[in-house]
Amino acid sequence: MSESTDSAVSAYTVRLELVDEPGELLRALEPIADNGGNLLSIFHERGSLTPRGHIPVEVDLEATPERFESIVTALREAGVNVIQAGAERYGEELSVVLVGDLVETDLSDTLSRLECTSASVADIALSAPEGTDEPASARLRLATQAGERDQALDTVRAVADEKDLLLVEPLVGADR
Amino acid sequence: MKLAIVGCGAVGSAVAELAGEYGHRVTALADSTSATVDPDGIDVGTALDRKAEGRGVGTDGIDRALDAEYDALVEATPTTLGDAKPGFAHVRHALDRDAHAVLANKGPVAERYADLRAAERESEGEVLFEAAVGGAIPVLSTIADLGPTNVTAVRGVLNGTANFILSRMSAEGLDYGHVLAEAQDLGVAEADPTFDVEGTDAALKCVILANVLGDGETTLADANVTGITDLTPSALDLATDDGRTVRLVGEVVDGDGAPEVRVGPRLVPENGTLAVTGTQNIVQLETRHAGQLNLSGRGAGGRATATAVLGDVGRLP
Repeated sequence: MSESTDSAVSAYTVRLELVDEPGELLRALEPIADNGGNLLSIFHERGSLTPRGHIPVEVDLEATPERFESIVTALREAGVNVIQAGAERYGEELSVVLVGDLVETDLSDTLSRLECTSASVADIALSAPEGTDEPASARLRLATQAGERDQALDTVRAVADEKDLLLVEPLVGADR
Repeated sequence: MKLAIVGCGAVGSAVAELAGEYGHRVTALADSTSATVDPDGIDVGTALDRKAEGRGVGTDGIDRALDAEYDALVEATPTTLGDAKPGFAHVRHALDRDAHAVLANKGPVAERYADLRAAERESEGEVLFEAAVGGAIPVLSTIADLGPTNVTAVRGVLNGTANFILSRMSAEGLDYGHVLAEAQDLGVAEADPTFDVEGTDAALKCVILANVLGDGETTLADANVTGITDLTPSALDLATDDGRTVRLVGEVVDGDGAPEVRVGPRLVPENGTLAVTGTQNIVQLETRHAGQLNLSGRGAGGRATATAVLGDVGRLP
């Protein structure tokens, strides 16, 4: 690769989850500055909590691709939870619960079908306390690109319908 | 006002009991087998005692009650689907003789709304049905005050039985069958709970809301309905781990042209407004100019629902 493409500076967005303790934000920003990232904006959603009970922070920064890679690595090494990192902005999250014969209907196929749309499966929790003979439940957290939440939800509905799974949807537009 | 009450279940009998307190006189009362009629006012206590003894409210036929002297007919017979018989016929009978009709029965308003409004247009009487949606909660009168065009969406927890089951399953980690049996023992769930747990009851309420907000052509067949019978304790646990809980939520949202009705289990924030527990109901209105309005209270029960019926009677001209 040529020197010029390698060193081209792009804008990136990183979504972080921070523990609600003093100094956490500074600790999260240090790896960015230390690795040559140029901070553009920090959106620190104090008061709103992620599903894990942490504080969501969205950081926009400029860096070369290789510097960006080292920033993400440094953040993870520092124990900062990186939800999403990339030039692509993942604007929204969507949690759903599926109930039914998840294992028999091929869970990995279900997941890959959801992956191929504008969403990506950020997190999955599976529960089958009664074994595979009884219905299992799964909670999926999908990261969707801004404005494509409805489309992602339509895909989940179609897959659930086809595989005869009960879908517990999030409530769109209600208080969150 | 002189009231004829058709239907003498929890709601009809509570309306009869409370009517006097609200300044009205019950001139006719009918249950499914008999009626009692008196233009000077029936003796409600005697009629209800007779009914409690299994003898029917009186010695007259039901048609006598429909033809009695009254200003408003209170239609409180059980909800039936499809052509909404006999509730619709009772209401039309009242309108044909230019009397008012107040419904607690969801059937005619959900399934034959256009027919109901057509009959009303040809009558001097008016039709009101606050009690059909959310029991004592003043949903329809609030929408009427706001103006239906200023309400852009409605969502709510509109069935106490389903909500009781979900709250208990979630709190105790018990399975659906166990909690349903408990709810039946407590009298919260009917012996045949299908209507409640499969979402039909909540859907009918949403269909009524859709008719009020839209062009009046919505019926149950247009609603997308999923019940709670397939939910498992583990699904509820997964929701709780995520700071959420599951409620059977009915939604009426702007579709293309006509409002769209959807009912199903939904993830809601565990401590959020919609996470009402037990038999409490809540209705959330999205308004064009006033943001979100939350109305919560008792969505069922004889006296609570009778309060809405008598509120309607008080609104009549």
